[in-house]
Amino acid sequence: MTLETLRLLLPQLALLVLGLLVLALDLAGGRGGRLRKSLPYVTLGGLVVALGCALALWGQEQSLFWGMLAVDPFAGFFQVLAVVGVGLVVLSAVDYLHGRTPWAGEFYMLLTFATLAITLAVGATNLLMLYLAMEFLSITSYVLAGFFREDRKSSEAALKYFLYGAIASGVMLYGMSLLYGATGSLDMREIAQALGAGLEPSLTWVGYAAIVLLLTGFGFKIALVPFHQWAPDTYEGAPTPVTAFLASASKATGFAVLTRTFLTALPQFQVDWVAVLAGVSMVSMTLGNLVALKQTNIKRMLAYSSIAQAGYIVIGLACIALGAESRFNGVNGVLLYLFAYLFTNVGAFLGVIAFEARTGSNEIADYAGLVRRSPVLAATLLVFLLSLTGIPATGGFVGKLFVFAAAIQVQFYALAVVAILNSVVAAFYYLNVVRYMFFVPAEEGAAAVAVPRPIAWALAVATAMTLLIGLYPQPFINWTTAAVRMLAAL
Amino acid sequence: MNFPILSAITFIPLLGALLVLLIPKEDEGTIKRLSIGISVIPLALSIYLWFAYRTTPGGMQFEELAPWIPAIDVRYHVGVDGLSVPLVFLTTFLTTLSLYYSAHTITHRVKEFFFLFLLLETGMLGVFVSLDFILFYVFWEVGLVPMYLLIGIWGQPKDRPQYAAIKFFLYTLAGSVFMLLAIIGIYLTTGSFDILEAAKARPFADNFPLAAAAFWAFFVAFAIKVPSFPFHTWLPDAHTAAPTAGSVILAGILLKLGAYGMIRIVLPVFPTAFKFYAPIVAALAVISIVYGALVCMAQWDLKRLIAYSSVSHMGYVMLGVAAAAASLNLGDAAEVARSATIALNGAALQMFNHGIITGGLFFLVGVIYERAHTRDLQAFGGLGAKLPYYYGIMAVTCLASLGLPGLAGFWSEFFVFRGAFALIPVFAVIGILGVVVTAAYILWKVIQYVFLGPFNAEKWGGLTDMAAFEKVTMWPLVFFMVFFGFWPTPIVNLLNSATSALIAAL
Repeated sequence: MTLETLRLLLPQLALLVLGLLVLALDLAGGRGGRLRKSLPYVTLGGLVVALGCALALWGQEQSLFWGMLAVDPFAGFFQVLAVVGVGLVVLSAVDYLHGRTPWAGEFYMLLTFATLAITLAVGATNLLMLYLAMEFLSITSYVLAGFFREDRKSSEAALKYFLYGAIASGVMLYGMSLLYGATGSLDMREIAQALGAGLEPSLTWVGYAAIVLLLTGFGFKIALVPFHQWAPDTYEGAPTPVTAFLASASKATGFAVLTRTFLTALPQFQVDWVAVLAGVSMVSMTLGNLVALKQTNIKRMLAYSSIAQAGYIVIGLACIALGAESRFNGVNGVLLYLFAYLFTNVGAFLGVIAFEARTGSNEIADYAGLVRRSPVLAATLLVFLLSLTGIPATGGFVGKLFVFAAAIQVQFYALAVVAILNSVVAAFYYLNVVRYMFFVPAEEGAAAVAVPRPIAWALAVATAMTLLIGLYPQPFINWTTAAVRMLAAL
Repeated sequence: MNFPILSAITFIPLLGALLVLLIPKEDEGTIKRLSIGISVIPLALSIYLWFAYRTTPGGMQFEELAPWIPAIDVRYHVGVDGLSVPLVFLTTFLTTLSLYYSAHTITHRVKEFFFLFLLLETGMLGVFVSLDFILFYVFWEVGLVPMYLLIGIWGQPKDRPQYAAIKFFLYTLAGSVFMLLAIIGIYLTTGSFDILEAAKARPFADNFPLAAAAFWAFFVAFAIKVPSFPFHTWLPDAHTAAPTAGSVILAGILLKLGAYGMIRIVLPVFPTAFKFYAPIVAALAVISIVYGALVCMAQWDLKRLIAYSSVSHMGYVMLGVAAAAASLNLGDAAEVARSATIALNGAALQMFNHGIITGGLFFLVGVIYERAHTRDLQAFGGLGAKLPYYYGIMAVTCLASLGLPGLAGFWSEFFVFRGAFALIPVFAVIGILGVVVTAAYILWKVIQYVFLGPFNAEKWGGLTDMAAFEKVTMWPLVFFMVFFGFWPTPIVNLLNSATSALIAAL
């Protein structure tokens, strides 16, 4: 290990130090001290440092630890995404945790370590490393989901998440072992070479099996149908900041590893996994949207919406057109969509958290008259809901434009048509929330909803970024296109 | 660089909307004065635009071009020709009148109302000046949101405004997402998002199934907005539920967005497919005209009646466009082109006239509803003697609507039928039935039921005639009905410079 290696690991090191620091400060701070109150801001500061490190390493293309971990723009993009997303989640948690748990310090520590796991998973180029990082992320996430252990719903959320997660990761591991058995390697490139050289005829089924088995593990993180069953209950029961984390940074990680693994290790089977993903995409969009229509709890509604949104994003991978000098190569659409979706979806959850922190309710009907009770909250939620719908001038539109364009570019018209029909259906339930906020008068005596200051900052960032990506997407397009360029060279 | 007048017209309302946000909501007077004041600036600029536009050489003028998203060749490209200038004026004009009228009638949630209205104006103006597909699409959808909120928040509770609002939104969205796919398809084929480039490049010219798919994608998006039968069912609900000024803008301008799209995009970009499907389009237009008029006959709610009359009247626009499309490769070139140009002039003129006339009718419905709190035609009768001023204004507007010679509506219908008789005679003959039915429902349902017959003094004895602000709102509209009724030349020259170039390029 040289100094150069350490330099390339700076984001991870920063997060590691941060996690330990938060833990130590929490221990040293004593109950209710000022030190403890400062923990979220310490975490935020550490995340900014990690963000700076990740940005400083932009453009590097190196491999560490004998091919275990890559430091490349693709990983860099997802590191930035995760750190920014977790930063917003930390801001959302400050007031939310207050009075609900005495162990806020551990919460920030776990979030930091989950972020560390993400930064490792998105760079993993060896299946073993990938598995370890994904497990690291899963285990911290299980604990976070069940963080309110006196709350039965939170415990249920954690248990459900854990049971599904344990099985999914076991199935994924089985897929990895099959690949190892067939090719004799865990390194993604070596697997691809072995597969390229041709398998024994009696072993060709391994490729198909590996696609499905690996997709189980990745699809679980992404919450794709049919691996989505955990999502509604976990989203509803988990502490809402954790839900925001699961729906943004954690979901994006699933996409990162899915993209890298399939493109790097299984290019020989692209025709097959593209077909599987196209099917999964259609089913996810349709099922997610149709079930979301009936939801009365906003967290459950956003859970189903996030399943549907995952379906849209998968279009980019199902309509991949790397190599050609194409502007919509599919993968840049995935990244762009995820980046816009990060601010949009975390923004929506920020609104939900602010509302829940003051009223204790997550029922959509209780949002009645919100425009009078908190005009700022209603207006920002409107922006996020329109962005989720895909209305122009928001980031959500740009993301949809890129994945739909990828579908049309490869002339997969059926997928594009299913997707746009779905986006019309989705408008109905997103606007249902708008209807309550703006049209339905508040109940007699419904109190004003004050937005806590940290959430107000986070809301400002999320709104500004959602609109910025929508109105001036140029730098983000360039950035995401650069992040996937190296994949085209594979 | 010259003064970017189109950007100024488009974005000053947005600026005004942001300024409105800064005013405390209790200060309603300032909000109202500021909004009206701001809206006068684009109005003045668009009047200047009308006079500064040179019909010779015609074509796109006041163009502005700047890169916006170079990564995918999206440009900020705006410009106006003889077709868009009158519509830009119509938009700024009706918006100012609507804001002025609303300043007197909107009493709750004032700040939101004026904010949304100015936002809506930017969206509408943007559509009329955009020459880039993505820019066009952005404005197209951006205008949707404020209108959705206007209907839902300020609608009368008994008219089910929430239902009408979401229906309006979903219908428009359903159409426009297909348009988005077609836009992407055009870009991937031609490498440009520019509307004028697409008209030159004729995407999918060698692949008829794709051209047909793209044609229908655009057509349905615009037909929903027009609205043409069978896509019209959102309109009566939305119009009835919307507040007066919202109905005025909805009928006056939002419907024109669809018709404008037909002439600006569908006709020049897909002439071959349009020609192929012109009989279907003409049939839909004729059904809209006749069916819309017949449905009016059956209405007892005055506002709903006016709403359905829009379906009928916008059918004339569609008929004119269909006639122009049918003219492609149709023998005797000079004569056919002449008829096609006349039909298209009629369609474009009908857009403007319908905006003035039906906008006026919705104001007038608002006037009576504010007083009587009902729109039930059977409840009225004999109001002519009690409200002579209102009767007079209403009579002029109604007669303009049914196409009485000497008033604006006559010319556009005349041009449409003059063009259509030469090109698609069968449809024109059926369509003219609509004119007869229109006269019937206007005279019988509106004039007779409201103003003639026995007067119920007990019930309506306390009604007062039009107030000063209502007169001020209506007079400019009546002026244009009469002015263009006697002398349509100025606006026809303007439109003709665009339509003749368009027909020549087909």
